[in-house]
Amino acid sequence: MTARAGTLRSMPGRRGAEAMLEIGGLHKSFGGVHALAGVDLRVDEGEIVSVIGPNGAGKTSFFNVVTGLYPPDGGDIMFEGRSIVGLESSEITEAGIARTFQNVRLFLNMTVLENVMVAQHCRTRAGAFRAVLRTPFLRREEAEIETRAKEILAFFGTRLVGYRFDQPALSLSYANRRRLEIARAMATRPKLLLLDEPVAGMNPRETAELTGLIRKLRDERGLTVVVIEHDMRVVRDVSDRVIVLDHGTKIAEGSYDEVSSNEAVIEAYLGRPAEVG
Amino acid sequence: MTPMDLRRTLRWGSLAGAVMVFTCAVGLFEAFEDRLLVYPFLSLGHVLLLWFLPLAGYQATNEPVLEGMEAPSKGLHNVMAGLVAGLAGGVLMGVFTVVVDAADVRDVFVRLSVRLVDLLTHGWGVPGGLVLIVGVPAMLGMAGGMLHLVSAPVRRRLILALEWALVVALLEQVFSQVLRQLRLGAVGNLIFTRRALEWWAALAIAALVALLAERARGGMGRIKGYLFAADAVRRTRNSIWSALAVLAFLVILPQLLGSLLSELLANVGLFLLMGLGLNIVVGLAGMLDLGYVAFFAVGAYTVGVLTSPISPRFDLEWSWWAALPVAILMSVVAGVLVGTPVIRMRGDYLAIVTLGFGEIVRILFLSDWLAPVFGGAQGVRNVPGIPVGVAEVRGSQPVGVLYFAFGLVLVAAWVSWALQESRLGRAWTAIREDETVAAAMGINVVRAKLNAFIVGAILAGLGGALFAAKVGSMFPSSFELLVSIIVLVVVIVGGMGNIPGVAVGAVLLIGVLGGPTQPGLLAEFAEFKLLIYGALLVFMMLRKPEGLLPSVRRSRELRGEELSQDAWLDRPSGDVEVDARPAGG
Repeated sequence: MTARAGTLRSMPGRRGAEAMLEIGGLHKSFGGVHALAGVDLRVDEGEIVSVIGPNGAGKTSFFNVVTGLYPPDGGDIMFEGRSIVGLESSEITEAGIARTFQNVRLFLNMTVLENVMVAQHCRTRAGAFRAVLRTPFLRREEAEIETRAKEILAFFGTRLVGYRFDQPALSLSYANRRRLEIARAMATRPKLLLLDEPVAGMNPRETAELTGLIRKLRDERGLTVVVIEHDMRVVRDVSDRVIVLDHGTKIAEGSYDEVSSNEAVIEAYLGRPAEVG
Repeated sequence: MTPMDLRRTLRWGSLAGAVMVFTCAVGLFEAFEDRLLVYPFLSLGHVLLLWFLPLAGYQATNEPVLEGMEAPSKGLHNVMAGLVAGLAGGVLMGVFTVVVDAADVRDVFVRLSVRLVDLLTHGWGVPGGLVLIVGVPAMLGMAGGMLHLVSAPVRRRLILALEWALVVALLEQVFSQVLRQLRLGAVGNLIFTRRALEWWAALAIAALVALLAERARGGMGRIKGYLFAADAVRRTRNSIWSALAVLAFLVILPQLLGSLLSELLANVGLFLLMGLGLNIVVGLAGMLDLGYVAFFAVGAYTVGVLTSPISPRFDLEWSWWAALPVAILMSVVAGVLVGTPVIRMRGDYLAIVTLGFGEIVRILFLSDWLAPVFGGAQGVRNVPGIPVGVAEVRGSQPVGVLYFAFGLVLVAAWVSWALQESRLGRAWTAIREDETVAAAMGINVVRAKLNAFIVGAILAGLGGALFAAKVGSMFPSSFELLVSIIVLVVVIVGGMGNIPGVAVGAVLLIGVLGGPTQPGLLAEFAEFKLLIYGALLVFMMLRKPEGLLPSVRRSRELRGEELSQDAWLDRPSGDVEVDARPAGG
């Protein structure tokens, strides 16, 4: 698609970095509603990009299409130079994209530790035969899975460790559920992490802490992060770049300061001034 | 608070009346009227007819006590309510008797005969006998109401003692058999007369149980505390010891039971084997498979065709051991063939499609097209037993079959456990919880489900292979849909997703009630088996959907909502409290 190459060149991005995710002309409609009406965007390796927009702008649909929950109606999604359109969502996860959900969708009846262990599925290989025969390979792998799960949970401080390991996820508080969901996504060993409203329902202290954590994910773990967020303070503190969606199209892009003074953005959020309309 | 809630009382009373009418109308009362339980006065028919009355009398005033409210005082009104409830039931029953006596409804309700009226009125005829029909229920209802007057522990012990006396009387066959094997046959002859327990023996057993319950109070808690000790090393050691104890018990058990009871237990083993396989499919992977019998049939027919000397097509006469790998392979092939097209469906759709496939397999075995290989309706006969060393395991020696079935069950239990505690088992749980999210977390849902389907098919095929050698002959009619359903009921009643639960379900349903064609301990109930199965299933779905011995996770799933609400209540301040706790471990 030559047209896409043109749009991509004009996009701002961190100089010298490699494009991790390139999306061109992405379309998705549900019945008559155009959730995504030709979105182009690019995420570079090592970036933290925020996607904002009013309710119904198509932010979550964007995540759902990228992670293969819904097939796109048109357009292309390239991840590390490879098209991932039409792949099963498990294959997309295996390729290195992990996500969390807006309405936290944990495996509530599994324990905290199991939630993180099960997410390592696509990075491990022991099958039914090895499980039944309890081979040394399986034992070693099981031990590794557990160690790794504990290590990931320790990333969130003392909240999800110790006696928490064996508690069902449904016994967790709302903030801890959000943390566990991020831990679960991390366990798939992604390169690109998509976080859907990670601080929704958190108090200011927890929000500030999670903001730091998102930075840590990039700085210490080398992840590229795309965040959907409504909390503008978080968006300001965390993002290298902000993309604004409205009615399924990208209406602005740039640094937080650029975007927050952009007229189209203000209009999308607050409506058109009365004397004009 | 009113001393007696009349509406509630009458509701329970008429419920009891309905139970009695139903018991008569389906013929349960008449069928067991002459099967004495307690010599010389109490018959099984009477127990079945009247068991609900004390319960109704008790429930008439058994209001739940709300927290913070004062518990209602106990007294005469409890007894009166019981009496009224019993009376209401009795009056309903009386009206029923009069109607049956006056109008001839036998064309429709074949069980409502003159003999029934005679039995109900003890031959006193209608006007006189009505005193009995109304009076006895009223007395029993009152007895139920009186239970309120004793303290809760006493009540529990009383009911326990009563239950045990009835169980011993009902399972006379088992108890006298075990006593004979222990060379205590004389005791058996003493306490049992005409298959019924002597009244004094019943009293003695009740007293003994009450006494033991008194002594054992708190003992269970201590044993539990010991078995599930917090110390991991001790817990492991304990579980090894208890596994060894169970194993030793299983080895000794067939020696205690005669060949008849061993036959029953061998059937239990067969269904347990299939139950464990279905448990992987339904309980762990969450796929409702109603065509499970197909794999059982494939296993049985493969072994039959390869080993029988009069096999319709082949002349191989292989040994069972040689045929077994082929049977397993064929089960896998069948699992893949059935599984691949249907696995993407969810829930109800999967159930219907598998049900269809199960029937297709049976009809294929029945068809003229495959009759040259599988013998059509004539089936495959003269299947030899399983050679084990110098001995041979075959249906005519149930003790050998029992040991062999135990062995296979242990293998199946190990497979279930090992898979549950592995990467694959976790993936199954995740899929059951939320298929979409499981896929988004990198689990290849189709492959994981197909794995479950194949493992289930292998275990069913193993069951089929055992069935072929045990029964020695097979016909398409041995593989009806009913087999699938009964295996499913075993899993549901026992406790989905839990290995000991499935074992409990198999012992209770197959051992006590009997399988689709196999007699159980209560062979007398054969005619009413499906009625009892159905009633049990409805009861379980209403009251204990997680099964008798549920897995922790299953009961969490089914009762999860309440639990999570409680969890929120416990921690209103979110993380603050959590931070303060030590993070050891």
